[in-house]
Amino acid sequence: MKGLISLGAWFFDWLEAIGRAGIFLFQSLFRLPVRWGEAVNLLVRQLYSVGVLSLVIIIVSGTFIGMVLSLQGYSILAKFGSEDSVGQLLALSLLRELGPVVTALLFAGRAGSSLTAEIGLMKATEQLSSYEMMGVDPLRRVIAPRFIAGVICLPLLSMVFSAAGIIGGVLVSVGWLGVSDGSFWSLMQQSVYFDTDILNGLIKALVFAVAITWISVYQGYECVPTSEGIGKATTRTVVLGSLAVLALDFVLTAAMFGDF
Amino acid sequence: MRSKRAELLVGCFIVLGLAAFVYLAVQVSGLGFSSQKDTYQIVARFDDIGGLSERAKVTIAGVTVGSVDSISYDKDLYMAKVTMNIESDVKNIPDDSSIAILTSGLLGEKYLGISIGAEDRMLQNGDEIHDTQSALVLENLISQFLFNKTSGSDK
Repeated sequence: MKGLISLGAWFFDWLEAIGRAGIFLFQSLFRLPVRWGEAVNLLVRQLYSVGVLSLVIIIVSGTFIGMVLSLQGYSILAKFGSEDSVGQLLALSLLRELGPVVTALLFAGRAGSSLTAEIGLMKATEQLSSYEMMGVDPLRRVIAPRFIAGVICLPLLSMVFSAAGIIGGVLVSVGWLGVSDGSFWSLMQQSVYFDTDILNGLIKALVFAVAITWISVYQGYECVPTSEGIGKATTRTVVLGSLAVLALDFVLTAAMFGDF
Repeated sequence: MRSKRAELLVGCFIVLGLAAFVYLAVQVSGLGFSSQKDTYQIVARFDDIGGLSERAKVTIAGVTVGSVDSISYDKDLYMAKVTMNIESDVKNIPDDSSIAILTSGLLGEKYLGISIGAEDRMLQNGDEIHDTQSALVLENLISQFLFNKTSGSDK
């Protein structure tokens, strides 16, 4: 009985947290910015720290994943004598799955954790409450630009990741393993469709972006303002963000590619 | 001064992201900017389309000249009705041409191949090719082969 009560209490806590996170997001997005120029300035600073600084890890890991994918794909496809279709395998798996998902996981580790830690530290050092005292809404000055920057950056990063992966795959399969250049590209172009593959990948990345940045800014804003609390909130961001990405990916894949 | 540099780098980042998108669209999916060519439609009815899908290519002499627009079931004739779009440049397909469902490679995808006839009248928009050859279904081929084998051994 006691277990049941605590389960119920936990469930209500959970519902409440989701409600709070929803109201929090709504408030930080749908209040008008202070001044247009200042809002752009804040956004640019966040785009720099969330997007530009994540670029190196995205390009490097994209290239390596493309190289590994074509190496693995080649060794299996060569058994069936169809090593020419390695380009098809590379492009479809990068655009539909690996591009958005791996980018989102890296983004949760690289940018999401730093967003949480930054906002958490602002809360611990009482910068957020001093904003309030100055009559500035911390939600629209601190949270909104970070959220919007995350939503803009992740789809762009995912495109960069896929392109880097395909270039890496071309280097390995055409440059090293000797797959014919013409059939590599023509088989790839035959099987990849702009709307079903590239646009669906972009939609996936957009959904992941909303999920991860929402979790990161909320965890930072709601964390216990001690050094231990910030550490825990950062861990929760990475764990919850990655799990959310994987679960959402299954739902989105079933909706996009599930009808045979 | 620092903010100017950040703006420049953010600009580079966004341009790089959009360039990657355009690269994927043009080079990987083969999206052409003039993909909307003028086409006209012709129809063919098959006994068995055996795995032909929409957007499959239509070829003459191995060169792609169009694609399958839609596939439906004609319940009056118990046949599959395939509608295809042919590029308007290729206006000179004779009326008595024949069309077959072919397979690229042993396990590749199905496509349509038109063999040119000898008639002077050309196919117009909405016309039908009457001489059709269905897809080779591997199971039918094997069962025919086995049937011939067993009936041969009875003699």
